[in-house]
Amino acid sequence: MKKIEAIIKPFKLDDVKEALNALGIQGMTVTEVKGFGRQKGHVELYRGAEYDISFIPKVKIEIVVAAGMVNKAVDAIMEKAKTGKIGDGKIFISPLEETIRIRTGERGETAI
Amino acid sequence: MKKYISIIMLMAAVFCMGLPAFAGEQSAAPMAATAAPAPAPKLDSGDTAWMIVATAMVMLMSIPGLALFYGGLAKTKDALNTMAMTFVTFCIVSLLWVIYGYPLSFGTDIGGFIGSTEKLFLKGIGSNSLFGTIPEYIFIVYQLTFAAITVSLASGAYIERMKFSAWVLFSIFWMTLVYIPVAHWVWGNGFLAKLGALDFAGGTVVHVNAGIAALVGALVLGKRHAKAIMPGNLTLVITGAGLLWFGWFGFNAGSALAANGLAGAAFINTNTAAAVAALAWMFVEWKHSGKPTVLGLASGAVGGLVAITPAAGFVNVTGAIVIGIAAGIVPFYAVAKLKPMLGYDDTLDAFGIHGIGGMLGAILTGVFADPAINPAGTGLFYGNPGQLWTQFIAVGVTVLYSGIMTFIIFMVLKLVVGIRADADEEAAGLDESQHGERAYNN
Repeated sequence: MKKIEAIIKPFKLDDVKEALNALGIQGMTVTEVKGFGRQKGHVELYRGAEYDISFIPKVKIEIVVAAGMVNKAVDAIMEKAKTGKIGDGKIFISPLEETIRIRTGERGETAI
Repeated sequence: MKKYISIIMLMAAVFCMGLPAFAGEQSAAPMAATAAPAPAPKLDSGDTAWMIVATAMVMLMSIPGLALFYGGLAKTKDALNTMAMTFVTFCIVSLLWVIYGYPLSFGTDIGGFIGSTEKLFLKGIGSNSLFGTIPEYIFIVYQLTFAAITVSLASGAYIERMKFSAWVLFSIFWMTLVYIPVAHWVWGNGFLAKLGALDFAGGTVVHVNAGIAALVGALVLGKRHAKAIMPGNLTLVITGAGLLWFGWFGFNAGSALAANGLAGAAFINTNTAAAVAALAWMFVEWKHSGKPTVLGLASGAVGGLVAITPAAGFVNVTGAIVIGIAAGIVPFYAVAKLKPMLGYDDTLDAFGIHGIGGMLGAILTGVFADPAINPAGTGLFYGNPGQLWTQFIAVGVTVLYSGIMTFIIFMVLKLVVGIRADADEEAAGLDESQHGERAYNN
């Protein structure tokens, strides 16, 4: 099992969600986050004065998939979240030790 | 110490501008429209109905108008405290006005400086008492709403760092020692009225007065630790600006104190100047910073409303358009250029918009006052250059008096109770540290 965390532009969330659903990925956790990468921050204007805002709003999607699904999921995210402009975000993949469904007590891939 | 020196320099400069005029101009131009206590003993129900509505409209400018305009601009952690400043001031002034505020402002003139005490606690005034053609009670509440918003306006410069207790005391002292005398001088048959200064609805009494208090108070308070505007909710700011604009019709058109053609002139001038100033600010900012901000539109509209206030019942529509253009451009540069250059921390630009806009309006009233609109005022363009000097005097006196008295009040409060919240209270936000509440819980 792998955990995929994708940090994307907020307005790309619906496209990414639909693409992942189409792959048969049934659940995901979405968080509104703030941060910056190479894009750095952006500038806001209030009464003629410019303020540097370092943290830009992004959306973080967390999904857990069987190892064999990782490439398909990543491709789907990359295809849908990409605008080609700086600030498209990043994908992090990490190995996952265990998954447990609270209602039934199932463990492992069947609990995903 | 440097900041105190700059205050004194500023005042000296303004005083010197007005000084020569004291000697030259004694032309007995008639008083401002609001100052004329017409002896007509008969109640006019049309005037009365309009003034009841106008009074309620000006109240709406404080709560929620100004509270939203300022509260939305404050950081999320300071939004409630910012609104509380306007709210509590309205309550304080409401009480003090009926005890001594009204009689000292509008009572029988004593030496041109203050009203008499014969009407303390509104003694002798009943439901049959008239002021012109309206019940005196309505006039009292109408003037009360002006006093309240004037004190609240200054709070925009102090927010995000001032102790709430100090603000409560400031409201009491400033209304008593600054607003009441200045209102008397201009509207209560005091020396500026006798000099012929034109101030239809409060350019000097309200906006210059509060704007200078804002600047001086911001200098004495010092800078915030996080010195930026970080609006918690700009949609509230736009809502507040809209309510201010709406209420301002009561403020300016109501200052005719009658439902008549003069009120109509003030009404159309008010709307014209606000709209033109919003557009002017938008275009200047667009050119200067690359984007037309929505806060800029709202700020420009308020600047226009401020600048047209003294002129509303004196100028024609051309005058209103020119005043509107000036009020969109000059305050923008005061806020975007002058403030960073001089380094004072006027949080919400109460000086930049109300102080500068008020001076601009008061002076331009002396240029554009058209006797065809109101025979009580003739400006430079209509053959009365002396009026311009009279306007300079009124502005200079107000700047000087408000500046010095605000400085004294702040220094006394600083020594006796302290004026600034602790650094960690400021960091945590004044909502939590002063009130034990938060504006948003999610």
